[in-house]
Amino acid sequence: MAGTRPRVAIVGAGPAGAFAAAGLLRACGDVEIDLFERLPTPWGLLRGGVAPDHQEIKRLGDSFDRQTLKRGCRFLGNVEVGVDVSHSELMLHYTAVIYATGAQTDKSLGIPGEDLPGSWAATEFVAWYNGHPDYRGLEFDLSSQRAVVIGNGNVAVDVTRMLTLSARELERTDVADHALEVLRDSRIEEVIVLGRRGPAQAAFTSAELRELGHLDGVSIRVDADELELDSVSRRWLADAGTFTARKNVQLLREFAGRPARPDARRRIALRFLCSPVQIRGTDGVEAIDVRRNEIVRADDGSLRARAVDEDVETIQCGLVLRSVGYRAVALPDVPFDERRFVLPNQRGRVRTPAGEPLRGVYAVGWIKRGPTGILGTNKRDAEETVSCLVDDLRAAALPQPPTPGREQIDALLAERKPGLVTVEGWRAIDGHELEAGRSEQRPRVKLASRDELLAAATTTAPSAATTHS
Amino acid sequence: MTYVIVGSCIKDDACIEVCPVDCIHPKPGAADFETAEQLYIDPQVCIDCDACVEACPVDAIFAEFELPEKYEYALDLNGEFFGERSTAERTAG
Repeated sequence: MAGTRPRVAIVGAGPAGAFAAAGLLRACGDVEIDLFERLPTPWGLLRGGVAPDHQEIKRLGDSFDRQTLKRGCRFLGNVEVGVDVSHSELMLHYTAVIYATGAQTDKSLGIPGEDLPGSWAATEFVAWYNGHPDYRGLEFDLSSQRAVVIGNGNVAVDVTRMLTLSARELERTDVADHALEVLRDSRIEEVIVLGRRGPAQAAFTSAELRELGHLDGVSIRVDADELELDSVSRRWLADAGTFTARKNVQLLREFAGRPARPDARRRIALRFLCSPVQIRGTDGVEAIDVRRNEIVRADDGSLRARAVDEDVETIQCGLVLRSVGYRAVALPDVPFDERRFVLPNQRGRVRTPAGEPLRGVYAVGWIKRGPTGILGTNKRDAEETVSCLVDDLRAAALPQPPTPGREQIDALLAERKPGLVTVEGWRAIDGHELEAGRSEQRPRVKLASRDELLAAATTTAPSAATTHS
Repeated sequence: MTYVIVGSCIKDDACIEVCPVDCIHPKPGAADFETAEQLYIDPQVCIDCDACVEACPVDAIFAEFELPEKYEYALDLNGEFFGERSTAERTAG
């Protein structure tokens, strides 16, 4: 690496991209990093995914800031790679490109009625209440008395909590103002959460489940019938079950034993061994049909849900949130594994479909391993990718890009993207939001449209912009 | 006394790196690391040095006597994790 410093573009400023930038700076300080981001704001799902009432987790943003932007890593926001600047252009200007674009869409259920008005991907609801500018215009109708959440992961639990928290609780969070207004007038009294498999197989963490059982003025109901573990699950839980699975079953039993609470403001019902088979309605969601499952051990040893019979139960509801997982989408001009929905890669080194290494191209986070794990999982994932990249740099396996300095990419971006948001722009946005939050005793008041964000980015940051109160 | 990790842990392993007595588990690479929803502090080994509290990026670690009410469950939970873990280790061999 004698002479010029390596220049690395990271595409996507979410947790995976941030951990990769931080890891790269730690592993080889003498490197220029540009963090490209489609939105005017960094940190991805930390801002747009983590629930507004989980502010403590959002503090990770301070740590990302300290380890990346404050150490010279540049933020290039409001620039979409593949639209504003192409992959091959990046390859002309950078020694290496790391894709950290995450999983931007949701898995579908593949059942009739899925596309009826009132049936939404839970991720759309999440993006909307978290102020993601692309989702601001969505109109959620919360005028019915019952909502059904399909899925048993932490996103399902998050949206259930958001539908049951009181206006007073929501007002203390950084939920987007447009969402606060709608949630304040919500007439939903009951949220039913449907799990395809049994209580022992639920994917939510016991921390999220415990929290659901301790919401102020909200009752939680679990049918003792559905908690009865079948022999396959019982054996699995005893032999191979995780600490979390045992805790979940224990918590669910405790919930099932609670007396009814007629005074509850809202109700949550957790149902297990139920698969949705059809969403009914003419102009919008009116009901959902579910079928009863049992747990069977598949040939590969995994525990699967199988329909017990053809009997169908109809649950009346006006809102359905489908939360059965994220899915990545292909990026222009880079290989994509259409079966696993990731960039084909080995330990983060991207490969062509034929298995050849694609020199200088790397992947990290959900686009590398699929949408699994929690925030910290990306740290180890990033360490793996970064160590491959550093090895390649040390082995002089990556040629210097044709353009010698940063001036050329800056000139290209200036021409293509007048609304580019740099770190100063982000600090101005951050300062504006924190300042607005202080006067309302909220952690921040989010700017939730691109226009507002871009306008704030061009104003001067208040002096207290970079510190939390 | 001991320190306690609560449910907002994101499994950033910064605490493991700074712990002088190696009492935070599971560690990356351990068989139960990937399936663990959070990290836990072994109350029988913790020496109350406070290093992990500083290292945690999401303030998910508290001294036992400063544990907020909503996280009181976590004291037993941390201990219980190690209780089960040693049983698993004994029966695995």
